[in-house]
Amino acid sequence: MQMQTRITEKLQAELHPTHLEVVNESHMHNVPANSESHFKVTIVSDQFEGKMLIARHRLINKVLASELDGGIHALALHTLTATEWQKKAGHIADSPPCHGGSK
Amino acid sequence: MDVLDRIREQVESNPVLIYMKGTPQMPMCGFSSRAAEALKQCGVEFGYVNLLADPEIFQNLPRYADWPTFPQVYIKGELIGGCDITLEMFESGDLKTMAQEAVDAAKAKS
Repeated sequence: MQMQTRITEKLQAELHPTHLEVVNESHMHNVPANSESHFKVTIVSDQFEGKMLIARHRLINKVLASELDGGIHALALHTLTATEWQKKAGHIADSPPCHGGSK
Repeated sequence: MDVLDRIREQVESNPVLIYMKGTPQMPMCGFSSRAAEALKQCGVEFGYVNLLADPEIFQNLPRYADWPTFPQVYIKGELIGGCDITLEMFESGDLKTMAQEAVDAAKAKS
C-alpha cells in the first residue's frame, strides 16, 4: 500500500479527524523521483482539545510509529482543534525548501 | 561515556539547545534551518549540535526523548518539540519568553 494511503487510513481510524490532509512533499527534497519520504499532515481533531502541541505530536508519532521507523524521513505536522482551525481559516505554513542534507 | 549520558549532559548544560542537521550558519535541512532561524530571532544565546558531524548522537537521539525526527529543541533540559512546534511557539511569543527565562536562570546560578 502507498505510504500516503497508510498514513491517511491510520490517522483516520485512530483520531477521527474532521479535516485531514496528507501531502507527499518528497519531490521538494534530495531524494529519488516518486519517493514517499517527506510528508506534511494537517489534521483537525477533537482529540487535541486541551492538549499541548507536544502531546498532540506525540500522539501522531505513536499512531505512525512503524511508518516513522521505516520509510518516512520527514513529517511536518499541523495539529489543530476545530476552533483553532476556524481561526486559521485554512492558512497553514508552507514547508521549507530542502537544503540537501536528507541522507 | 554512554551516548545517552552525553545527550543528557548536553541538554542540561545548555539552557537552550538545538539538535540539527548542519549548523545555524550553514544548515543542511530546511526544517533545521527554520527552527535555528527562529531561535536566532529570539535574540538569546543557544547551543547547537550538528547531527551530521556526530553519527552516534544522530542514531540515538530519537530514543533519548522518544521523538523520532529532527531538529529537536530543548529548553532547560526538556524537549519542547521539532520544527513545527518551535515555529508556532515563536509566532506566539512563547519561545522567546521561555528561552530568555532559561538563559537568565542559568546565569543566576553560575
